[in-house]
Amino acid sequence: MRPIATTRAATGIATGKLAVWWVLASEVVIFGGLLASYVMFRLGHPEWADAAAVTNMKIGAFNTFVLLTSSLTAVLAHQAAERGDGKTAAKFLYMTILGAATFIGVKTYEWWYEISHGYTITSNTFWAFYYSAAGLHAFHVIAGAVIMAFVARDAKRGVELHRVELIGIYWHFVDIVWIFLFPLLYIAK
Amino acid sequence: MAELATVPVPPPHAGEEDHAHHGPQGWLKYLWSTDHKVIAMQYMFTGMFMAIVGGFMAYVFRMQLAFPGFEVPGFGMVSPGEYNALVTNHGTIMIFWVAMPVLLAAFGNYLIPLMIGADDMVFPKINRLSFQVFFVSTVVILASLFVEGGGFAGAWTAYPPLSASAEYNLTDLGSTLWLVGVGLEFVAFLLGGINFITTLMNSRAPGMRAFDVPVVVWMIVIASILFMLSVGPLLAGAIMLLFDQTIGTGFFDPAAGGDPILWQHLFWFFGHPEVYVVLLPAMGFVAEIMTTFARKKLFAYKTVIFTVVATGVLSFFVWAHHQFIAGIDPRMANIFTITTLLISVPIAELCFVYIATLYGGSITLNTPMLWALAFIAEFLIGGVTGIFLGAAGATIYFHDTYFVLAHFHYTFFPIAIIGTFAAFTYWFPKMFGRMMDDRLGKIHFWGTIIPFNFIFIPLFVLGMGGQHRRIYNYEHFTELAGPGFQNMRVLATVALLVMLLFQLVFFYNCFKSWRSGKRASSNPWRANSLEWTTESPPPHGNWRPDKMPVVYRGPYEYSVPDRDDDHWPQNAPN
Amino acid sequence: MNETSFFDGLIGVASSYAGEIDFLILVVLVSVGVWFIAAEVVFFWLILKFRAKPGEKAQYIDGKDKRHKRWVTRPHFAVLAFDIAIIVISFQVWHHVKIDLPDNPDSELRIIGQQWAWTFQHPGADNVLDTDDDIFTVDDLHVEVGKTYLFRLEATDVLHSFSVPVWRIKQDAIPGRSITGWFQPTEAGAFEVQCAEICGFGHGVMRAEVHVETTGEHTAWMVTNAPAAVANLEVLNNG
Ligand code: HEA
Ligand code: HEA
Ligand code: CUA
Ligand SMILES: [Cu+2]
Repeated sequence: MRPIATTRAATGIATGKLAVWWVLASEVVIFGGLLASYVMFRLGHPEWADAAAVTNMKIGAFNTFVLLTSSLTAVLAHQAAERGDGKTAAKFLYMTILGAATFIGVKTYEWWYEISHGYTITSNTFWAFYYSAAGLHAFHVIAGAVIMAFVARDAKRGVELHRVELIGIYWHFVDIVWIFLFPLLYIAK
Repeated sequence: MAELATVPVPPPHAGEEDHAHHGPQGWLKYLWSTDHKVIAMQYMFTGMFMAIVGGFMAYVFRMQLAFPGFEVPGFGMVSPGEYNALVTNHGTIMIFWVAMPVLLAAFGNYLIPLMIGADDMVFPKINRLSFQVFFVSTVVILASLFVEGGGFAGAWTAYPPLSASAEYNLTDLGSTLWLVGVGLEFVAFLLGGINFITTLMNSRAPGMRAFDVPVVVWMIVIASILFMLSVGPLLAGAIMLLFDQTIGTGFFDPAAGGDPILWQHLFWFFGHPEVYVVLLPAMGFVAEIMTTFARKKLFAYKTVIFTVVATGVLSFFVWAHHQFIAGIDPRMANIFTITTLLISVPIAELCFVYIATLYGGSITLNTPMLWALAFIAEFLIGGVTGIFLGAAGATIYFHDTYFVLAHFHYTFFPIAIIGTFAAFTYWFPKMFGRMMDDRLGKIHFWGTIIPFNFIFIPLFVLGMGGQHRRIYNYEHFTELAGPGFQNMRVLATVALLVMLLFQLVFFYNCFKSWRSGKRASSNPWRANSLEWTTESPPPHGNWRPDKMPVVYRGPYEYSVPDRDDDHWPQNAPN
Repeated sequence: MNETSFFDGLIGVASSYAGEIDFLILVVLVSVGVWFIAAEVVFFWLILKFRAKPGEKAQYIDGKDKRHKRWVTRPHFAVLAFDIAIIVISFQVWHHVKIDLPDNPDSELRIIGQQWAWTFQHPGADNVLDTDDDIFTVDDLHVEVGKTYLFRLEATDVLHSFSVPVWRIKQDAIPGRSITGWFQPTEAGAFEVQCAEICGFGHGVMRAEVHVETTGEHTAWMVTNAPAAVANLEVLNNG
């Protein structure tokens, strides 16, 4: 049984949704701090462009595409959940998780390739940012996928359908972070 | 004082049964409870324990300063490294494991649901998780003191390169555990903060509008928002520093293309808002207590909220006043001098509002009221000395002297110790169902306040005399070793010993009142806010489900003309 | 020169800008002092005046009324005015000490902090840094009274901070950077340098001395400590 507190909505917005937005607010400043630091450094170190040139833009672009697609399936899952169709929602969520898995798989290959060519996190501060920022993002992808698996399991049984939307909001955020990371780490020369 | 009859403990209701059936039994109930009141107590007692730890550290290093070269009873000889570690962890613990958990987490958890008429936080399990993470962080920080090489000794600000490499700070594991502990603590408060904010936004009792919410709840929630929006960059910084320490990246290492100043920006971007994060809850307690014992409506409620929001916004633009002479572009100091001094305007206004609230009141000076008034009187000293430091020209001299030290103890001590005692003695009847002994409370009050000033006034003078911080022994500085200065150090230390002694009165009073104090009625202070409309202590679920309060007015309707009663509870229909 | 300062009796005044900084501090002291005393006096007066008396009820003032509110809003503007005054004076001092470097310094120095000592590089007889006759000392800085010095502050390992309280000077030293500053000692004598930024185990003993000398003393010191002289001395000692 939930406390009465959880069932109230003085703002008219469901409590879960409010909470997700606040979680995102706190996440935005975490990534914001990291990226702002990176940008400051980058401006002071034009020579980092050489290191950035090593990163594989094609792979990065492919991963961007994967994540964007997974965001689309997350939206479709939400729409299905709105209709009360838990089964379809679950199906789309599983597709989103598949996208996440692809993303991580590609990332693993990419990192393995770079590391085996000697570009490790300690090579220089560009690479330190590269691995930390992308790593923190990947951690969010994995965490999101795990939570999504639980949400999908519930959705399949038709319970807690409102959570489909919440995890979707989170997923869009993960996506948007990548949209910032990709140009900053891969493209900017 | 006309007191209401003691309300008998009601039969268990739905919420409680629910937990009784599924939840663990016996003492485990307290470890795994999701009840906000239990979690509040967990935070409170962890914080109290850590206050004793942090106070003990202060005792050790103050003894060393007053009597260098002598063994400190209960500790032994203090080496320079140990001294630094003690100072570092004293600062860290007092801020992150005393001020934050007690002011924000303990009282936030206890008061928010009760004061807005809810039966719990909106996410009880996240609330429990928050404490559990906090508990782990506590274990980590305490463990860091006992590893090889000793605790971290690079100051609570942990400036790299010193903090980034064991080559410089001489403790590999100590600095890493310290950093991990602080990071976990941040996560705990992020989890807690989300609960606080959403609970206030969504779960107010029917009829309670935004400006019917007691100021203390506003303050705690605004503090949580400030915390949440400022800590992120430092969390990112902590990850970078952790990598620098453990896998050898060079984010903060100039030799590797990094920059040590970056850390300072990340730290203080959080660090300055953080001081208001702890200030606001304490200001909130004082508002509740002052209005209750002056039987007065809070002067200009909305102004209070607006000044607090203004302070919060401004606090994001002042951070570099800690770095005036840290090697940043000196022209930046001009901007930060302006923003820093501007912040005195809303805070001054806040202080004036509190003072104005007393006008025309009917003031009772009992223990909680004494603490609350002392808060204002003492905090003003801390506040105005901040202006000296905000003026960049003066900070050339004052930076990292004991003047800074005395400045922030005159803010932190009122907040974390005076404010806490105010709140603790005020809500004690509600929390434990017993009245505290007022006479012992007053003895403890005077025994704390008087020595407090005797500790830190001399430190102001020492700072003006050019004494720098974090130095374990001033004997070999000819300009600082004179008898005049040394006597002041001894005075400060002796005052501390006296103060510590008087804390025994507090613990005795707590224990005695908890065991055998007079039973508290539901509303012993005849206050208006909702927590006083349920039994003391409140049952699980706070109110019986059919008795959940409905709100008709703001919390400060004291001494309303044409009413016989000088209080008018928020839930009284007329 | 004997300036009287607000810090008389606590600490000496021994550089050209020490007096200015002290003046700024005095200005702040007076401006906030006025408010502080006013606030505390009103505060305690209210507490004494409005003690609870049996049968007397408190007044009901919500602070929305303009007549009441101005007791808070007017001081608030006045505080702003005081702030501006402080800012203006602080700017002047800050510019003079930290931003506007002297155009024609008499000499240049390099100051290097490392765990846990200060190395001072003096320009030597030719008064030019980084030449063969530079004089290196550890924990002893030798300067001439009345001369203007430009210094370059560096660090080799962690942060340190060069602080000479009687000069009111303080500047952090950062590895990887060279920070320029200036001072002009006005009093002869020996004064203490404290390291003002925690730098590890030995931070508490990272003390140095500045020796402010008259022209004669300073020249004598330079002669006896010139690298050539020192080399000769070593030859004598060994031989
Ligand atoms: C909760 C704690 C707290 C609070 C509330 C404050 C409040 C303020 N602090 Fe403080 N401060 C610290 C905790 C706190 N500080 C700590 C911990 C450090 C050191 C950290 C470290 O290095 O370890 C520090 C250091 C510090 C510095 C850096 C010093 C240095 O290291 O060189 C500065 C510089 O600007 C500063 C300024 C201020 C100002 C302007 C305020 C203002 O908010 C104060 C505003 C209040 C008032 C002004 C009083 C009320 C107003 C009046 C009575 C009207 C009259 C006023 C005027 C006419 C202006 N503080
Ligand atoms: C909240 C913050 C806080 C508090 C309360 C204190 C309290 C005290 N502090 Fe500390 N201090 C800091 C924060 C704090 N300090 C920080 C941030 C630093 C800088 C660290 C650094 O340089 O890195 C510092 C540094 C510092 C130094 C500088 C050392 C140096 O630079 O060499 C000194 C020196 O005297 C000092 C002294 C004291 C003393 C004597 C107390 C006494 O007031 C302590 C007395 C304690 C008690 C009396 C405990 C009472 C409480 C209870 C009994 C529990 C109540 C709880 C409940 C009811 C739930 N402190
Ligand atoms: Cu060098 Cu402290
Ligand atoms: Cu600050």
